Amino acid sequence: MSVIVILVIVGIVVAGLFLLGFIWAVKSGQYDDMYSPSVRVLFDDTTEATTEIVDEKSTSDSENKLN
Amino acid sequence: MELQKFTYDNRLTNFFIWATVGWGVVAMLVGLTAAFELIFPNMSGQISWLVFSRIRPVHTNAAIFAFVGNGFFAAIYYSMPRLLKTPMFSKAMGNIHFWGWQLIIVLAAVTYPFGLTQSKEYAELIWPIDILVVLIWVVFGLNMIMTLVKRRVKHIYVAIWFYIATWVTIAVLYIVNNLAIPVTWTLSYPIYAGIQDALVQWWYGHNAVAFFLTTPILGMMYYFIPKVANRPIYSYKLSIIHFWALIFLYIWAGPHHLLYSALPDWAQALGVVFSVMLIAPSWGGMINGLLTLRGAWDKVREDPVLKMFVVGVTAYGMSTFEGPMLSLKTVNALSHFTDWTIAHVHIGTLGWNAMMNFGMIYWLIPKLFKTKLYSVKLANIHFWIATLGMLFFSIPLYFAGFTQALMWKEFTAEGFLAYPNFLETVTQILPMYYLRAFGGSLYFTGALLFVYNVWKTAAQGSFMRYENDEAAPKPAPKASEGFHRKLEGRPLQFTVAALVVILIGGLVEVVPMYLVKSNVPTISAVKPYTPLELEGRDVYVSEGCYLCHSQMIRPFRNETERYGEYTKSGEVVYNHPFQFGSKRTGPDLAREGVKSLPNYKPDSWHFSHLVNPQKLSPESIMPQYPWLAENEIDLSVTPDKINVMRTLGVPYPEGFENEAVANLKAQYAKIANGLRSSGIEVGDNKEIVAVIAYLQRLGTDVYNAK
Repeated sequence: MSVIVILVIVGIVVAGLFLLGFIWAVKSGQYDDMYSPSVRVLFDDTTEATTEIVDEKSTSDSENKLN
Repeated sequence: MELQKFTYDNRLTNFFIWATVGWGVVAMLVGLTAAFELIFPNMSGQISWLVFSRIRPVHTNAAIFAFVGNGFFAAIYYSMPRLLKTPMFSKAMGNIHFWGWQLIIVLAAVTYPFGLTQSKEYAELIWPIDILVVLIWVVFGLNMIMTLVKRRVKHIYVAIWFYIATWVTIAVLYIVNNLAIPVTWTLSYPIYAGIQDALVQWWYGHNAVAFFLTTPILGMMYYFIPKVANRPIYSYKLSIIHFWALIFLYIWAGPHHLLYSALPDWAQALGVVFSVMLIAPSWGGMINGLLTLRGAWDKVREDPVLKMFVVGVTAYGMSTFEGPMLSLKTVNALSHFTDWTIAHVHIGTLGWNAMMNFGMIYWLIPKLFKTKLYSVKLANIHFWIATLGMLFFSIPLYFAGFTQALMWKEFTAEGFLAYPNFLETVTQILPMYYLRAFGGSLYFTGALLFVYNVWKTAAQGSFMRYENDEAAPKPAPKASEGFHRKLEGRPLQFTVAALVVILIGGLVEVVPMYLVKSNVPTISAVKPYTPLELEGRDVYVSEGCYLCHSQMIRPFRNETERYGEYTKSGEVVYNHPFQFGSKRTGPDLAREGVKSLPNYKPDSWHFSHLVNPQKLSPESIMPQYPWLAENEIDLSVTPDKINVMRTLGVPYPEGFENEAVANLKAQYAKIANGLRSSGIEVGDNKEIVAVIAYLQRLGTDVYNAK
C-alpha cells in the first residue's frame, strides 16, 4: 500500500496550492466586496463589430502581473 | 480614467458549441447501442469492433470528454473574456486547444473499438494519446492563465475559480494515474499493480467526476443562471464558501469506490468520511443555484433554458445526496457492482451535465447568431422528453440494482444460496433493461430535436464573430509587503510550467522505484503469470471483459459461498493493470480457475462459451466472441512483455524472456490437445487458448497452497 503515501503527498500538494490560492485571494482583497461582483456580471453592453480592435494590453503591457 | 476598447472573438466559442452538439449525438447514440446490446447481446452481428465491451469506453469517453468537455470549453471561452474584460490571451493556443481536443476524441473513437485500451475506466486511452492529452491540456491551461494575467477586472468571479481548479486538478490526476511503461506503441503496463493500481485509478476516477463533470459545470451554473435569469446569484458569499469547501474535500473521496475490497480499512474509512462531508458544499451550491431564481419563477415557467437549468441543478443535488449515501459501507454493500451505480451516474450526466449544456446552448446560439430561438415550443418538448427520458432510464435501473443485489444475498432456510445460478438474477432484471433502453431512446429523440432546433436557429441568423467592449484598465497593484508581494511578482506561467515538469519528471523517476519494492508478495504461494496466461490477460483487458465481470470477492458470506475465498491484496501484486472491475453484469471471475469450487468449468466449456455463450445458456446476455478462436497471439512481443513486467518488479528469472515463447508453446499445446481430444478444432497461436489459460489460473494460487 505504499502508493497511498504518494497519493497523500500529491493530495497535500494540490490542497496546499489551493490553500495558497485561498490565502492570496483573501489577502489581495478579492473578497472585500461580496456583493457587487454578482451584479456586475449581469451587465453586458458589447456592440457588434466587423473587425477586431487590437488589444494593446496583450501586446505592450507584458509586465502586468496577476494580481 | 480613460476607457480602453477591445474585441471579443466568438469564433472558438462557436466551434466548441458545435463540437458539443455533434459529439453529444455520437455519445448518446453509442450509449443507446450499448443499452440495446445488453438486451440483444448479438445484435452487433459478431463484428468485433461493435461488441458491447469494446464500445462501452467509446460511450463513456464521448459523454465525458467530448460532450461535457467541449460544452464547458465553450462556456469558458465565452464567459472568461467577458468576466475579465479582455479577449482570450492567444488565438493560436485556442485553435491548438480546439483542434487538438477533437483529434484526441477521434483517436479515442478509432482505438477503443479495436481493443486498444489501458482498461482503467475513463482513462482507457493508450499511452501516446495520453501524452497528447497532457500537451493539449497544458496549452489550454496556459491560455487561461495568461488571460487572467492580463485581465482588466481585479476581482476574479467565482465561475473562473471553478475553471482554474478544474485545470490544476485534472492535470495532476491524469498524469499520476497514467504512469506506465510502454511495451509497444499501443500497449503499456501501469507502474502500479493490484490494489495500488486500483487505488490510484479510483482516486483519479472519482476526481474525474469531481473536477471534469462537476467543477467546470458549477462554473457554468454561476455564470449562465444569473445571466439568463438576469438576477445576481442568491448569495455570492455562499458561492465562495461552496468553491473552497468543495475543492478541499473532493480529492480525498476516491477510496469509496473500493469499499469492502482488499484496500486497508483505514483508507476506506477516510474515503467515506470525506464523501459524507461533501454533502454540505454540494448542497450549498445547489441551493445557491436554485434560490437565484427566487422571484423569477414566472420566467422559469416560460423559458426552456431556465427549465433545463432547474432540472440540471436539481439533478446535481440529487446525485450529490445519493453519492455520499452510496459511500456508506452498509449501502455500498448492496449497491456496489449493480445497476444502481449506472442509474446514479446517469442522473449526473443526463440530468446535471447534459441539461446544463442544453440550456447554455439554447441561450448562446440565438445570441451569437443575432436571432431568436427557432422554436421555443420544440425546446419545451425537448425539455419534457429529456426529463422523462432521464427518469425512464434511471428508475428501472434502481429497481434492477436493488432486485439483483437482494437476490445475490438471499439464502434459503437451509443456509444455501437461494439463487446459486447467476443467470437467474440477470433474467429477473431484464425487463428493467428494456425500460432503460426505452428511456435512453426518449432522451436521444430529445437530443435530435435539440440539434434540429439549434441548427435552424443558426441558419436563420447570421454569425456575430466580433463584439466590442470597453473597460478601464486594471488599477496598478498597490505596493504590498513580504511574502505575498513575492508570490505576486513571480510570473505565474513559469510556476505552472514548473509544476507540470516537476510532476512528470519526479513521478516518472521516483514512483516506480518506490513501488517496485512493495510488489513483493506477502503470500508466498502467489506466482507470476506464465507467458501464455500473460498473453491471455492482455486479450482479457483489450476485449473489455472487466466491464461486466469483476475480480474482487468481497468478504460477505453470500459472496464467499458463491465465488470462494474473498480476494486478498497479496494475490493481486502481479496484476498490471488491476482487473477488479466495477460492475457485475456477469459473475465474478476472481476464482474462475479453482477446481474445488462449485462453479469450476473445464477448458472445453470455456471454449464453447466464449465462442457462443447462448449455446450453453440460451438466456445469457454475454455477447459471442468468435474472433478469439481466429485471432492469433503476436509471439514477437512476448519477450518484451516479460522484460517490462520484470522492470515493474514481477520476479521473472533473468533470461526468462528467451524461454518465454517456448514456455508459451508448451502450455499452449497442452491446452489445445485437451480441447482437440474433446472434439474441438483449434488452430495454433489462437487468442482463445491464451484466454482459457488465464481464466483457469485465476484465483488458484491460494487454493493450491492449501
